[in-house]
Amino acid sequence: MATFGTLSDRLAETLKNLRGKGKLSAADVDGTVREIRRALLDADVALDVVRAFTAKVRERALGDEVNKALNPAQQVVQIVNEELVTILGGQQRRLEFAKRPPTIIMLAGLQGAGKTTLAGKLAKWLAKDSHTPILVAADLQRPNAVNQLQVVGEQAGVPVFAPEPGNGVGNPVRVAKDAVKYAVDRQYDVVIIDTAGRLGVDADLMKQASDIRRATQPDEVLFVLDAMIGQDAVATAKAFQEGVDFTGVVLTKLDGDARGGAALSVASLTGRPIMFASTGETLDDFEPFYPDRMASRILDLGDILSLIEQAQENFDEAEALKMAEKISTDTFTLEDFLKQMQQLRGGSIKKMMSMLPGMGGMKEQLDNFDEREIVRTEAIIQSMTLAERRNHRLLNGSRRLRIARGSGVTVTEVNQLIQRFEQASKMMRTVARGGMPQIPGMGPMPGSHGGARNKQNTKKKGSKSGNPAKRAAEDAARAAGKQAALAAGGTGSGFGLGAGSKDGPSEEELASLQKMLGR
Amino acid sequence: MADRSSPWSLGSALRGMFAKPTIDENTWEDLETALLTADFGPDISEAVIDDLRSSVERYRTTDPRDLQRMLRESIEERLAKFDPTLHLSERPAIILVVGVNGVGKTTTIGKFARFLANYGRSVVVGAADTFRAAAVEQVATWAERAGAAVVRPQHPGQDPASVAYQTIEYAKRTGTEMVLIDTAGRLQTKGGLMDELTKIRRVIEKQAPIAEVLLVLDATTGQNGLAQAQAFIEHAGVTGLVLTKLDGSAKGGFVLNVQEKTGIPIKLIGQGEKIGDLTGFTPHVFAQKLVG
Repeated sequence: MATFGTLSDRLAETLKNLRGKGKLSAADVDGTVREIRRALLDADVALDVVRAFTAKVRERALGDEVNKALNPAQQVVQIVNEELVTILGGQQRRLEFAKRPPTIIMLAGLQGAGKTTLAGKLAKWLAKDSHTPILVAADLQRPNAVNQLQVVGEQAGVPVFAPEPGNGVGNPVRVAKDAVKYAVDRQYDVVIIDTAGRLGVDADLMKQASDIRRATQPDEVLFVLDAMIGQDAVATAKAFQEGVDFTGVVLTKLDGDARGGAALSVASLTGRPIMFASTGETLDDFEPFYPDRMASRILDLGDILSLIEQAQENFDEAEALKMAEKISTDTFTLEDFLKQMQQLRGGSIKKMMSMLPGMGGMKEQLDNFDEREIVRTEAIIQSMTLAERRNHRLLNGSRRLRIARGSGVTVTEVNQLIQRFEQASKMMRTVARGGMPQIPGMGPMPGSHGGARNKQNTKKKGSKSGNPAKRAAEDAARAAGKQAALAAGGTGSGFGLGAGSKDGPSEEELASLQKMLGR
Repeated sequence: MADRSSPWSLGSALRGMFAKPTIDENTWEDLETALLTADFGPDISEAVIDDLRSSVERYRTTDPRDLQRMLRESIEERLAKFDPTLHLSERPAIILVVGVNGVGKTTTIGKFARFLANYGRSVVVGAADTFRAAAVEQVATWAERAGAAVVRPQHPGQDPASVAYQTIEYAKRTGTEMVLIDTAGRLQTKGGLMDELTKIRRVIEKQAPIAEVLLVLDATTGQNGLAQAQAFIEHAGVTGLVLTKLDGSAKGGFVLNVQEKTGIPIKLIGQGEKIGDLTGFTPHVFAQKLVG
């Protein structure tokens, strides 16, 4: 059931904007709440439910728990998740069978919700469970509904009790009543009563439904609801609750692409559990509805939560992939260096590094990290010609002097930059091959692949090993370390610091991460 | 159409708001609530309200009754952008009826057959819904009530395109003026079934041009209505919309969005289970009834 995919897409899109913020202002929260509201309305969640939901999320998002959290955006995701799970309903409930058979199940709903088809599916499902169900044709309204139920019964291999021809002839209350007696006599243990579709506003027909209910005393009254229904779900559900007081809800047509917000609305407004989901054209496309599973399905946030932790920063997936490729093919240039630098602006590097394991001791150094350094570097690189940026080996003394003049620095500073660049690109090549760069003042980082194996190699600052066996080991490690490099590529590997991320995300995680990041 | 006090009308939702002496912030909030609850969807609701806000400012009015009139005009104007006329001048005029499951296609066909018969046209109904149990019998019952001929499949599960073919053949042979073709309900996400629809269309077009392809939409549907319309337009070349089940409490506000996003006009509306409960679509009347 990918039905709710669109809703979770929307929420993911919305929450994406919050990522990377160190602190949420009231305006941030309001903006996000507005987006969530819109997403829910687009998904046909009832307005009242949307209001209650967003109010709650807003209140909690502005509260202390968020501000004190390490990553406020994550916290908001968490809140949205919790609140949606709460609404979708507590626990799963199975059909309740009568202590003394027959168990009587009555189906009610709007026209075209899929009652007759559902009756067949339910009967078949019960029969498979070694029950002996009987279908009762109490829809005497719609032309040939009786006929349809007979065909459906035949397909399901379940007998049909249809004493009246239908098409407006006969009394459904009496049919239902007779059916129960018939079932007792013939020892059928479940009676499924298919009633006519009716509008919530049709007082006469609602009374008829409640008469059927009174006459048969059903153990379960299932309200059959089309997953595509809009805001009217509320009015309809309430009318049916008053009219026949259903005990459970069945969602049909979940195989379409409706976002199914109605499920949320009805569960929240009536407090009745959604018991079954109907998901296709054939009689076997029927399954119990699991609220908790559905909640995590709607949101898809379980993975997202853990992935946010891994990703942590504003890195652009596509950019990171490109970068990783460049590094591993030795085409990393000053242009890329500049781009990476620019990504790191805005103070995010400090936060990111403070989250890496084993970086606590560097906190002070981090605090001294000067953002203006990046600006200066930018100026120097931008004073180079394109050809120079792409191939730094062109830079002879006279070119360096020109660049220094152009960017208002000394030649020494230009030299330092180029030195740093050379070091960084060497370091990255090592990382890309699965190596572990040695950063002064830090032990080997946990979790990165092949670190120990290549230590010796890296100490020589990336000089190619003359030992063929070692080179082969390096190549193998490179394959294993590629994932790590992916994550590292975007999170500041220019300084060789990103390699501390945990095990690289699996392919599947990457895919959902990509979705989370809006590609 | 439903009278003023019918649950379909927005009237009751708006009454409180129009009863107030002046327009204030609460008025806008109430209006938004009313529009959203009527399934207009966030986009259209926002557009309508922005529109009204600027009108209110321009005319410097504070009277909610002016606002009511402006709302009616705004909705009417949006509805009237497209031409709701049915084009049935070919002979035979072939009308293909499509839609998702349970929106009321078969019922609409029955009512439409009567609607056409009332104008003295001869009608034949092709029962090309060969999939759902007893759909053929259902449409045949309706056709009988409407006094229309029926072409049935020769055996259950027959290719719907061949039923359509035979229906048109029948119409040509007998000189029947109107051909209504019922199709099985299908969710717009089912690629195979949507392709089947394309095939039906192709087969019909080989014999005669199709006059109208009507997409039936259920008024209780929410924002998914747009996805439905887009898929059916792509696969079946929809030329008009039919909005059914307006006799309930659903307002069907989503059609405005559908009309605006797809440019396909609403042509018919259904509001009851009786055979006479189908009428042509008039923007003015619709807006009048909706807003009250």
